[in-house]
Amino acid sequence: MKARAFAYARPRTLEAAHAAFADAEGDASYISGGQSLVPALAMRLQAPACLVDLGGIDALKGIAFDDGVLRIGALTRHAQALSDPLIARHAPLLTAAAPFVAHPAIRNRGTLGGSVALADPASEFPAMMLTMDATMEIFGTDGLRDVPAADYFQDLYQTAIEPGEILVALKIPGAAPGTRIAFEELARRRGDYAMVGSGIMAQVDDGAVAQIAIGFFSVGATPVRARAVEALLTGRALDAAAITEAQAALDDDLDPPDDTQVPAAMRRHLARVVLGRLLTRIAGTPGEAP
Amino acid sequence: MNIFDRPAHTRGSPMDAPAPHQSHAGAGPHAAAGPHVGRPMPRPNAKRLLAGRGKYVTDLVLPRMLHAAFVRSPYAHARIVAIDTEAARAAPGVRLVATGADLARLCTPWVGTLDHFAGMKSAPQLPLPLDTVVWSGQAVVAIVAETRAEAEDAAELVEIAFDELPVVADLDTALGPDAPLVTPDFSDNICFHSAIDAGGVDALFAAAAHVVEDEFVFGRHTGVTLEPRALVADWDPSEEKLTVHHGTQTPFQFQDLYSRHYGIHESRVRVVAPDVGGSFGVKLHVYHEDMAVIGLTLLAGRPVKYVPDRLEAFVSDIHARDHRVSARAAVDADGRILAIDVKDETSIGAFSTYPRTSVVEGNQVIRLIGAPYRLEGYRASLDVVFQNKTQTSQYRAVGHPIACAVTEHLVEAAGRACGLDPFAVRARNVIPDTAYPAASLSGYRFEKLSHEACLASLRPLMDYDRLRAEQAMLREKGIHRGIGIAAFVEITNPTPAFYGVGGARISAQDGAIVKITPSGEVRCLISVTEQGQGTETIIGQIVADYLGVSREIVKVITGDTEVTPHGGATWACRGAGIGGETALQAARKLKHNVLAVAAAILQSTPDALDLIDGQVVERANGALRMSLAEVARIAYFRSDTLPAGTDAQLTVAHHFAPSGYPFAFTNGIHGCHVEVDAETGLVKILKHFVVEDCGRIINPLLVEEQVRGGVVQGLGAAFLEECRYDEAGQLTNGSLADYLVPMAVEMPDILIDHVETPTRDTELGAKGCGEAGTAAAAAAAMNAVNDALAPLGGRLTQIPMTPARILKALGTF
Amino acid sequence: MTATMSVALTVNGIPVSRMVAPRVTLADFLRFDLGLTGTHTGCEMGACGACLVRLDGVPVHSCLVFAVQADGAVVETVEGLSENGAIAGLQQAFHERNALQCGFCTPGMLVTAHALLEKGGVPSRDEIRDALSGNYCRCTGYEAIVDAIAAAARARAGAEAPHAEAEA
Repeated sequence: MKARAFAYARPRTLEAAHAAFADAEGDASYISGGQSLVPALAMRLQAPACLVDLGGIDALKGIAFDDGVLRIGALTRHAQALSDPLIARHAPLLTAAAPFVAHPAIRNRGTLGGSVALADPASEFPAMMLTMDATMEIFGTDGLRDVPAADYFQDLYQTAIEPGEILVALKIPGAAPGTRIAFEELARRRGDYAMVGSGIMAQVDDGAVAQIAIGFFSVGATPVRARAVEALLTGRALDAAAITEAQAALDDDLDPPDDTQVPAAMRRHLARVVLGRLLTRIAGTPGEAP
Repeated sequence: MNIFDRPAHTRGSPMDAPAPHQSHAGAGPHAAAGPHVGRPMPRPNAKRLLAGRGKYVTDLVLPRMLHAAFVRSPYAHARIVAIDTEAARAAPGVRLVATGADLARLCTPWVGTLDHFAGMKSAPQLPLPLDTVVWSGQAVVAIVAETRAEAEDAAELVEIAFDELPVVADLDTALGPDAPLVTPDFSDNICFHSAIDAGGVDALFAAAAHVVEDEFVFGRHTGVTLEPRALVADWDPSEEKLTVHHGTQTPFQFQDLYSRHYGIHESRVRVVAPDVGGSFGVKLHVYHEDMAVIGLTLLAGRPVKYVPDRLEAFVSDIHARDHRVSARAAVDADGRILAIDVKDETSIGAFSTYPRTSVVEGNQVIRLIGAPYRLEGYRASLDVVFQNKTQTSQYRAVGHPIACAVTEHLVEAAGRACGLDPFAVRARNVIPDTAYPAASLSGYRFEKLSHEACLASLRPLMDYDRLRAEQAMLREKGIHRGIGIAAFVEITNPTPAFYGVGGARISAQDGAIVKITPSGEVRCLISVTEQGQGTETIIGQIVADYLGVSREIVKVITGDTEVTPHGGATWACRGAGIGGETALQAARKLKHNVLAVAAAILQSTPDALDLIDGQVVERANGALRMSLAEVARIAYFRSDTLPAGTDAQLTVAHHFAPSGYPFAFTNGIHGCHVEVDAETGLVKILKHFVVEDCGRIINPLLVEEQVRGGVVQGLGAAFLEECRYDEAGQLTNGSLADYLVPMAVEMPDILIDHVETPTRDTELGAKGCGEAGTAAAAAAAMNAVNDALAPLGGRLTQIPMTPARILKALGTF
Repeated sequence: MTATMSVALTVNGIPVSRMVAPRVTLADFLRFDLGLTGTHTGCEMGACGACLVRLDGVPVHSCLVFAVQADGAVVETVEGLSENGAIAGLQQAFHERNALQCGFCTPGMLVTAHALLEKGGVPSRDEIRDALSGNYCRCTGYEAIVDAIAAAARARAGAEAPHAEAEA
């Protein structure tokens, strides 16, 4: 199980990376943490002629909060999502999701940018980008551009990133004071891809839902926002009746795939269970002031 | 200081005194434990592994060494129309490309049948196929290159044209009236049929107060040793000598096979098994690639290394289980199980595995069902069926988990039918501890088992009554906990009545050479082998005690056909029972020789002397006479000073074969405590419990770790592990990301207690403990899950018990 | 372009430089270029944990890093951690508790355990099991490994805080 031979470049700038990619005439892959790419190379499922390592590009590093937006450099490791105080404060959903991402050693190497660029529909971080209404900052031929999450995830492993473009940063609106969050996934073993998972962030004012965002993963070809459920709950008190209605409404938001291990009907059921549990937690947990 | 705050009832912490096991056979020759046997001693050879200084075959690099890779069939059944290797031969680093025809010129075919399985059939096999592939993943072309990566590069350049043939990918297809034939030379897809009928079964069922019955499905799973299979084959044309460094349990078996199938003198074939990264039965079968590698080194005249990567391992390592069983039991009004009637159908690969066959598992299933219990009637049938899938054969606890799960499910049902608690129904039905020797209606003869004692121990170990009370309380809160128990009988230590009678050159005996070194230390070269279970440690303990020296000065050497005497090695739990007795008798013989020399020197008699902790002493009063080192010095360097006629034989060779009961049997009982999330189908295993009776315990620390490791393999099968195939015969989850092995988070702590019923067939009294954990873990887990689901109306009779199957059983979707 | 490249890194405290093909993983580089066979490969896809090494101070799968990516890095393997005594307490506890059988997973287990203990304190059994979630062991059933790590953590905590010695 050895990768096919490839050339390797480790540029220092976005422009140089872009040029290295272009030199390979499209037969290149960017590598960031490599925790999904290297197995694919080892199994020869992918075999680019050139591997362009983004690991040496300073422009992809750093975490900063400015003007209400948390900007997370693409090279930020999963482990930093667990430990970084800025992330914990302004994007607590990421911190809540991070322990569920694979295993400690994978988290030490895998990057948030790599995960969001790959856009595995079973992954936690891409779905949380969608939930948090993050904006993806992408470097391309014409320089930097911003793509909102709603437009970013397009199909199975397909995003708004064009060939040769580089995901530079994840820009997340800072969580408002009092935001309640909850995250859960159902996996057969710790660190496995979930059968179903979800993260919720909500504002609850005077007992009623002022704002709510509900994102699911492992329910389709892309991360999914439960927008019908969000609409149903907005303005409602999060009581048992509302939660039951929300679970019933969830079917309209999901179109899960069928597979032998988790048939579509089971996935829908599990999604309802997860939604019910998360909403119960949201209803019961007073927000922590960020 | 004991730094381990183990629960008090988990014996065998390293610093503990000898565990106060219940000794079940009373005082006998076994009671005379020396300072080592019976104690929880850490393994001397583990320190090397802890420092990263293990020497595994995967680590091995030899001068001039080449690497093999294989082109595999993408089809489960297809005719090979053409093979084009031209581009591969021209690829960088490639030194050799070989097809089936190339190797067939060197290697004679093999057939995986044994004579005592009457009527079984299997097609002849070669290292690589000549014209037909019979499972997806079968190796077709071998590439040998300077590096593994270059061999894989070249493998991509081989073009093979296939004509697809109809695929037999499930039991019903295989047994159907117009079934495609896996082997066209045969009239059907049946490898082997067997039946047992002890008589009177129909009458017992007709008269029964209750009949309980069910159908069971046991998923196909595989061994997943962390170190894959590995070998480096090194043919030296100058000496016409073949050396194979081989990650295996059974070096002598492979010496014989390589010699016979490649026509090389046995004396010029050496098989060396260094550190082996787990085996569990996986590494004692013939694999086509491994046989091919012998031919490749013959053709290349250079060492060839082959390590299947993990993806290759999933499609080429033996699989196991894959049974469909229907079973019923006749029960009287008092909850006595009168008779069991069972039908087992098991799917193997496209042929029977060589040289141990693929029918032993089914054979043991139908012979072990009901084994703990007194039955008046027993009837069973077995069909072993060919399919276009990876071969199956003996993997840890061969057949036991299936026999146990079927039996224990029926026993639970019998208890429910009669209003008996799980403990009560078993107490009513087990063969009483006082009733031995006894025999099963399937023909097994039991010297002495201890089901009653084990049942009695399990109840307090589990704190059963508290768990039941807690279960009732939590049910009111919607928390569904379940408690399951399962008794088992384990078959160990086969005599020549098994493979020998069947015609396989698989030895039932073992051999040891034990010698005193010139410094008065001890070396023991023995045919049993080490894969981490602690073989070398216990052999050292036994030699130390029965010779009369300290363990520290005993060096045990295993795993090299050029060094140790011939023997069966380590499988079927025979390391302790047969290997241990071999070491005991050899050590005793050597002690006799040492005392004879000492007596000659001291002008005493051997009977008047003893050897204790390396010192020759007066037997009567323990007075020190001379050191073993001094005996050795004189014998080796100053034999001129010995009295005339002194026969100083400080090296002895000794062989031992079991000759009493055809097999040794052990027994025990498991308990499993689970919590089922009825909404998600996920199960948390809260705790597992085992009371086991492996006969005399040589090292409780090692016994308990064998049991724990075995339990986790059993729980893996119960909840996680399954080789899933599609209708085209493609393995759909053949990677370590998709095939779920048990990991630390999901596995419970495991409490263990012991009952000791030594066998009287040997002086040592040990029987074996390697299968005890795996044998009953899944059965106990299934009973526990069903106990949890009972109030919700769900019942499972299929493993692994996946969330989907649990939710299905509950009618959730 | 697929030609070998020079790579220079520090392995177990010793600077090494080699020419290496870009496709060679750090695991294979350590095992076969440097002869450090204590690092094992069990799956070559980051699922088994046998190949864990410390890369710039944190455990990573050496099968999921190419050697050329480790240029300039500091790598420690089980051999180095043994030689410098960093895992001596763990090794002793593993030995006494027999927390290994075939030993193939053991180097990875030790690298994980060492990182867990570095965080300080005495982790609970659940925390230990969670830390081991990516380390596969087929032999032991894990409990002895958990016991050994807990014991090593207690011994370390005890050594740092003598008043905590009361624990059995």
